Amino acid sequence: MIADNTNLAHSPDSTTRRIIEILIDELKLEDVTPDTFDVDLHLVDELGIDSMDLTAVVLVLQDEYGITIYEEDYPKLQTVREIASFVAAARES
Amino acid sequence: MITVSSLLDGPWYERYKRISKLNIRSSIYDVTNRCNLRCTGCFFFSSGEHLVAQEEMDVEAWKAFVDREKERGVNLAILVGGEPTLHMDRVAAFYDRLPTYCATNGLIKVPRDRFPDMMVGISLWGDSATEERLRGKDVFSRSLENYRGDPYTYFLYTITPQQLGRTEPIVQRIADAGLKVHMQLLSNDEDADGYGWSPDQLAQVREEMDALLLRYPDTVISSRYYHKVLTSGEMMGRRFGWQECPSVTEALDDRDPQPRRLIRFTRWASDLRSVHRCCTSATRDCSTCKDGAAHMSWIMVNKRAHIRTTQDLQNWIEVYEMFAKLYRFIPW
Repeated sequence: MIADNTNLAHSPDSTTRRIIEILIDELKLEDVTPDTFDVDLHLVDELGIDSMDLTAVVLVLQDEYGITIYEEDYPKLQTVREIASFVAAARES
Repeated sequence: MITVSSLLDGPWYERYKRISKLNIRSSIYDVTNRCNLRCTGCFFFSSGEHLVAQEEMDVEAWKAFVDREKERGVNLAILVGGEPTLHMDRVAAFYDRLPTYCATNGLIKVPRDRFPDMMVGISLWGDSATEERLRGKDVFSRSLENYRGDPYTYFLYTITPQQLGRTEPIVQRIADAGLKVHMQLLSNDEDADGYGWSPDQLAQVREEMDALLLRYPDTVISSRYYHKVLTSGEMMGRRFGWQECPSVTEALDDRDPQPRRLIRFTRWASDLRSVHRCCTSATRDCSTCKDGAAHMSWIMVNKRAHIRTTQDLQNWIEVYEMFAKLYRFIPW
């Protein structure tokens, strides 16, 4: 049987896992762990985060990964998967 | 983990998604220090805010300033004063560049050929007799005629304790004129005798506001939850005050811990350099503030606190929709 690795919720890489941990910590999310968090969950439509929440998360990401995220980038950060892709691209550049 | 869609049915979820994308960034601007009225209860004059700055007289400087505000991320300009309609060229500097709301006493009609869809909010203190007492003339009758049937105008009715039991005829007159009304409560900055709120009066005015919303749903732009928070000063077990207010000028906000607040919010004085502490009087005791917009914003910035039960989240949606209607981000 070929493992389905399209759902990172069950096998998050280290960056994705760390992003989820930051989200859980900054937003004080309850009843969820890095292993159960759906990386495709829409953060605005489903978690209700706003730009102030996202700014708090972004500040931690910038510190930890040495990258810069501008507010104009926020529309590209709608899910954990999108944030992980953005962070990866920013680190490469 | 509670999610939005787990709390809302299809229609409510669509309403939520519509407003959650708006991302409103407002700031407030004193267009002028002058007014063609001197109303008892107006904090702008009673707290000396008209003396804070010398007005910028060059309209080109106003245009450049608004361009900078736009670059700063502001997407809603709230014009106050003094009386903004005394300087239509400055109003135009905003309207030509940003979604703009103009607060006015309604004595001078905003020309609709120049500002066809600018939202206008007319200050209202009560019935004709009350207006004559507090403002020196029956401003209500004049503004009602100036704006009769205007689809982008509403009255901002500041209810005082003296108005208890007398609000419905006012709302009826507004409805008859084809206009809308939003309500807030007087903050008794001047400590005028008989204008402070007692707990019983606050309970009574809440009932009255709820009844008006029920009887005039096409005229009254409001929500029961807003009435509850405004009259009680409480939201989700927290009490409104300096440590909670979201409408503090960002550059002056040194509160620790930092509460949830309006991002980029600034209230600018008319020299376009000085700023005021907050959206209302800097001399006001925040624990007694009854400013409607401050309480609405308080609810709005605390969205995630309302993602708890279906009722809490629906309450939040109704308040956000109310704000979005009042500033023309969504239709009535």
